[in-house]
Amino acid sequence: MDLTYNFLFPNELHIYWTVMIVLYPYITGMVAGAFIVSSFYHVFGMEKLKSVARFALVTSLAFLLFATVPLLNHLGRPERAFNIMLTPNFTSAMSGFGFVYLSYMIIVVLEIWFSYRKDFIAKYEESKGFVKLIYKALLLNSVTTNENMDRLDKKVVVILGAIGIPVACILHGYVGFLFGSIKANLWWSTPLMFIIFIFSAIVSGLAVLIFLYLFVHSIRKYEINQDSVDLMAKWLWGFMIIAVTLELMEVLSISYEKTERWAVLQQLINGQLKVSYVYLQIGLFSIVPFIILSITSLVKFANKYRNLLIWVSSGMLLLQVLFMRWNVVIGGQLISKSMRGFTEYFPGLWDKEGLFVAFLLVFIPFILLRYFDKLFPFFNKTNK
Amino acid sequence: MENIERRRFLKIGLTSAAGLMVGSFFGFSNTSKQIDVNNYDDLLKFDWGYIVDTTKCIGCGSCVRACSVENSVPDTFFRTWVERYEINKDEKIRVDSPKGAIESFNEDNFAPEDIVKAFFVPKICNHCYNSACTQVCPVGATFHSPDGVVLIDKEHCIGCGYCVQACPYGCRFIDHHKGTADKCTLCYHRIHKGEIPACVNACPRSARVFGNLKDPNSIIRKILHERRYGLLKADLGTNPKCYYIGLDIEVK
Repeated sequence: MDLTYNFLFPNELHIYWTVMIVLYPYITGMVAGAFIVSSFYHVFGMEKLKSVARFALVTSLAFLLFATVPLLNHLGRPERAFNIMLTPNFTSAMSGFGFVYLSYMIIVVLEIWFSYRKDFIAKYEESKGFVKLIYKALLLNSVTTNENMDRLDKKVVVILGAIGIPVACILHGYVGFLFGSIKANLWWSTPLMFIIFIFSAIVSGLAVLIFLYLFVHSIRKYEINQDSVDLMAKWLWGFMIIAVTLELMEVLSISYEKTERWAVLQQLINGQLKVSYVYLQIGLFSIVPFIILSITSLVKFANKYRNLLIWVSSGMLLLQVLFMRWNVVIGGQLISKSMRGFTEYFPGLWDKEGLFVAFLLVFIPFILLRYFDKLFPFFNKTNK
Repeated sequence: MENIERRRFLKIGLTSAAGLMVGSFFGFSNTSKQIDVNNYDDLLKFDWGYIVDTTKCIGCGSCVRACSVENSVPDTFFRTWVERYEINKDEKIRVDSPKGAIESFNEDNFAPEDIVKAFFVPKICNHCYNSACTQVCPVGATFHSPDGVVLIDKEHCIGCGYCVQACPYGCRFIDHHKGTADKCTLCYHRIHKGEIPACVNACPRSARVFGNLKDPNSIIRKILHERRYGLLKADLGTNPKCYYIGLDIEVK
């Protein structure tokens, strides 16, 4: 394919899915990943994760509440968003979106409610006035408990967590499928896409939990549950290896087949995506955390330094996943469907779908989480 | 006396000139062939198809201008466009379509003496039988009309842009004023009155042919029976309904 002279179809001068669509899979990835981590304790009974299980659930909710905001901001007619549930066209991969999202929301909210019910009762009893009323409303006016009810709570949480795992995988695998099923796009169209998305979701979920856990604990000088941090860091290491390997294998197999597709993708990778994909996503934000996490997982040394390294690598992996979303969503659209050239894209700073709004949308769930901590406290001063 | 003669002469002259113009408009225009569409079943008698004869196109851009005026296409977007392919003696290929060729092509990209082969290819929505865009629309706002045209319900479209991503031909765009998807309708408002699409009407070389594929005696069917044609990106299985005569391998 001769790409000496750049040619785009005239309608391709603008790209249609902006940085907002980069954020959507990024945010839902954290939602799904965090939920799966909480289920490791709730469903599989991994005691080491007890100290982060509820935190993971609440984090999942905080991000879930904002997952659709970038989509609504992007829609040409956001006031018609509910058409997706009112008149779904089931041949479309996107039509199930509303239903998957809603059912997942219900599961997360119910699971949080059941796992916090006992705490709400305690809070209700010690609070007064308006706050007491809030807890009463949260408890649906059932302000007492007994052993049988507590047992039932635990059982329900296990069941919800068990249902939630496949739903979380569907929620995010499905986002991957939205891209992977577009045969018109050379960079997206691959059956591996949804698997890569699920693994990268778990990576971002684990990374955000470790990052916040260590950050909050060191700021508040709480006692860190080292077992739990070490276990999560090891898993982060393992899942990032799988996610990155899958992605590289995908590129490797396309390059080995040497079809026309590779002729174009090669130019994309070596051209428009050189910095964001080769240097940043793979080079800096995959290889460096891989090395760091290999060390923290295999070598024994002081917890203080170990936690610092784990914290740095989890932060880097959060950026790695963000770059991965960018490279998939934006990268795919840079290729002209004429197969004769590439377009360019960089979001404006103050645009409706620009960088400032994007930054706000990623930042707000963290603020929300800070306030959720007041309502459903998820960290203890001691590591019990 | 002379004045009265002159006045009469002018009067007769002007009247007959106007008469000729109006008459020729009706006489030469091939736009109207009354079709009767009264109910749903009448629509099923039609399957509108399209031929682009790339050997005839001269790249004048009349079709693009006609489309733009007829359908008020927003600036910088195109429901139809014309691509120019130039191959020089070093076998370098250069393709362009400045502003969709709405102002035609004014300059050569290669030095004229170096060009060994050149041709124009008009593009338009393929109104595929197995269209990817209608498959992916999450709300069912884009659909196949009973007479085989892919249309968009702009009162229902949410403007998600999934169809734009799914169309392999770059024929769709989001109209930022309306916030909805937009594309060629084969001038549906004209064809259901028996007229031909604006681009077909405007083409001075009959490089664009429009007709009913269900009618074995239609011109479009006759051409398809006589000529060899190709389809764009046939391997994607979209089964397009825009047939290209003289399609070069370089055209995607």
